Amino acid sequence: MTEKPVQEEKRVFMTGNEVCAWAAAAAQAEIMYGYPITPQNEIMHYWTRLAPKYNRDFLQTEDELSAGFTTAGGIMAGKRAFTATSGPGNILMQEPFSMAEAMRLPTVAIIQQRGGPSTATVIYSQQEVTMTSLGGNGEGLRIVYSTATHQELFDYTIKAFNTAWKYRFPTFVLADGYQAKMRESLKMYDPEAKGIKMVSTEPYVGKEGVPGVDRDPGHFRNTYNVEEELYEVLEQYIEDYDKMAPEVAEYEEIGSQDADVVVISHGVVSRAAKGAVQELQKQGYKVGYFRPITIRPLPVNEIRDIANSAKKVMVVESANGQLDRLIKEKVYGCNAEMIPFFKPGVGITTEEVESRLKELF
Amino acid sequence: MGKPWKIVLAGEGGQGVQSVAGILADAANDQGREALYIPNFGVEQRGGVSVAYLQIGDEPVGAPKFQTADIIIALSDRAVTRTTRYTGPDTVFVYDSGIENLKDEDLPTGVKKILAIPALDAAKRELHPRVFNVIIMGAVIKATGVVPEEKAKEALEKKLGYKFEQKPELRDMNFKAIERGAELVAEAL
Amino acid sequence: MTVQPAMPMSWRRETKPHKFCPGCGHGLVLKVLGQAVDELNIQDKMVFGCDIGCSLLAWDFFNVDSIQTHHGRTTPVITGMKRANPNLIGVAYMGDGGGYAIGSQHLVSAATRNEKITVILVNNTQYGMTGGQMAPTTLPGQKTETSPYGRDVSKTGNPTLGPEMVNAITGEGAYVARGTVSKVNKLKEYIKKALENQINGNGFSFVEVLSACPTNWRTNAEKTWKFLEEEMAEYFKVGEFKVPGSREEEGQSNG
Ligand SMILES: Cc1ncc(C[n+]2csc(CCOP(=O)(O)OP(=O)(O)O)c2C)c(N)n1
Ligand code: SF4
Ligand SMILES: [Mg+2]
Repeated sequence: MTEKPVQEEKRVFMTGNEVCAWAAAAAQAEIMYGYPITPQNEIMHYWTRLAPKYNRDFLQTEDELSAGFTTAGGIMAGKRAFTATSGPGNILMQEPFSMAEAMRLPTVAIIQQRGGPSTATVIYSQQEVTMTSLGGNGEGLRIVYSTATHQELFDYTIKAFNTAWKYRFPTFVLADGYQAKMRESLKMYDPEAKGIKMVSTEPYVGKEGVPGVDRDPGHFRNTYNVEEELYEVLEQYIEDYDKMAPEVAEYEEIGSQDADVVVISHGVVSRAAKGAVQELQKQGYKVGYFRPITIRPLPVNEIRDIANSAKKVMVVESANGQLDRLIKEKVYGCNAEMIPFFKPGVGITTEEVESRLKELF
Repeated sequence: MGKPWKIVLAGEGGQGVQSVAGILADAANDQGREALYIPNFGVEQRGGVSVAYLQIGDEPVGAPKFQTADIIIALSDRAVTRTTRYTGPDTVFVYDSGIENLKDEDLPTGVKKILAIPALDAAKRELHPRVFNVIIMGAVIKATGVVPEEKAKEALEKKLGYKFEQKPELRDMNFKAIERGAELVAEAL
Repeated sequence: MTVQPAMPMSWRRETKPHKFCPGCGHGLVLKVLGQAVDELNIQDKMVFGCDIGCSLLAWDFFNVDSIQTHHGRTTPVITGMKRANPNLIGVAYMGDGGGYAIGSQHLVSAATRNEKITVILVNNTQYGMTGGQMAPTTLPGQKTETSPYGRDVSKTGNPTLGPEMVNAITGEGAYVARGTVSKVNKLKEYIKKALENQINGNGFSFVEVLSACPTNWRTNAEKTWKFLEEEMAEYFKVGEFKVPGSREEEGQSNG
């Protein structure tokens, strides 16, 4: 066996894209499929440098449709495969991800959000929330981790492989151009040394034995003849998903239970929200902070509790209400007044959140 | 303790502001401090102003972007115009006194202090135009104290050590540039 | 008043100097295209479509109606426009990544259908705009950001020979050539012929142009030209591959 990419826990200082490449290597990912797009490129750049050293593989495909479908193929061959993309590439990957949903393939994709619609900017946004969470035709049977720090990028990239392979739903690490390109410190570690066991992989096709003789053949499909046949499959999938949801839903909060105003945000924006809330709490304001780490599935009970106990809930995001729509669906019938603070495609600072919050008192 | 230093460095592509920010971030991290550095990127790379956003403190840094910088260093006329939006009453605004075409009204108002330092000139006349950015690094260190001079030299050594091996006089020149930058700020303060 | 160098009439002065890096081949291709547009007097009829890639930097380059589309999708956008209004002269301008990777199905299908449009494809052996990754045209052994140890043809195949492929799949009436920015007179002849082919309603026209990307090649002027004129031209044969009405079909290389 080749050496482990990360052996002892160590503090490093690097870009988020580099973190993702190391995390995938530490998580024993075996092959990456990808197509260049800013701000995701350096995940591939680092991966192509690391891969041969640790006996891992890489394929640059002709586009993202192909990158997504080759990932699906790699998974079906039983490999811990992943891909990474952004913006227009994420759009193209919705077709393969939809097949992954239909066939319960544990694809892992790192999404570095950039401005949209269309080619827009290569810089930053939180505008890929709806697309990543809900996908195209279908029900959005996916898991989406929205990270805020480089430490989380490392932790949740590793976790994504395990969640995906445990529950067999497409799993996403949703970050953004800032996280991709900025440098900050984090601790890298070997998951096993921390007691994190990598969920083992298993081939869908090419298992031992002669199909029809030693074992049943694997017949995998995503097409059905009659409505009822599809309905039956979806009922089972949705039941599995709903059962899984409370097990995988994660959040972070500060004083959200007994606050008059609670700020809900996700990803990198929550760093601004947290800073603002902590500052105002010091000044005696009854503000709280809540951040879903899984934006799909959401931690529904906690969100509903807040929406019942707080007077106002302000949703802050670098999109025109994409998280807000997901939250509103869950808080239907709750008491709190919903306040929007949306800046589509633009970064949000602590100062801005702070002054907007003050206006609510 | 408390809040991190918020630093904006801006210049023309090729003036080396990104590498200064990168080295400072490395130096702070090596010292066990918390740093967050965002390079600017986008289609702007081709022929635009290059801006580096850097925060250095003792606790993990919050939001990557900020509204008001504690110190801004602007190295060209376009960099001055581009960065005035990050000024506030507590901002120290440093610019190179050799910038051509800079009008007084381009400079920000209502800031804590405006410092003009002849870094470009010092680089050209006393050292080498190539170490202009290192002089700027010395100036930032002096003005903020985010890392000790020694740490900055170590970080420089780490980054350029292989070049210094081949040409030891480069090491001297770079270290002198740091010191010269610090002096220029001390004189202007 | 500053003195402006001679510019084709069809260039938009307000957007000059252009946005490409110093030494970039795109500027040379667009200069030649501008001259061809002037000489054929089609400024009022031409629609310039550019891809995502460094070609997008040309979205406001000409005093010509222009459409900047998606990465790889310029061919179908221009095809749709031309089908809807055959009086227009449609030019789809793209990179090698745009044309041979993500947009290859569109190139193949438009060529097969003999769409009456002109595709100009700039081959700089890698993805320029995204910072120098491997492209279908990357030469064997060439180092890029995603082939850091050199392109391994046993794993990634051989460089795409675009005009050769287009030549093989187009029917009669098509025009197919490969030019280079190191021979601009020939290049202009090819681009002009390609446009004339469309004007005459003959069929698909395709010109690949060997071009330079000193930024991602990390080469100085001398090495840039050496790579372009020696290594690239050695692999990618310059010349006309298909000319309507002529019997010479195979690559008559003149370079
Ligand atoms: C669907 C999609 N995938 C990826 C990208 C990112 N992207 C932008 S330009 C480019 C490559 C450009 O290379 P090429 O077409 O060769 O043009 P050049 O810049 O070299 O002229 C890529 C992959 C995108 N914009 N859209
Ligand atoms: S990156 Fe390369 S192709 Fe793009 S403008 Fe610069 S030199 Fe030209
Ligand atoms: Mg190219």
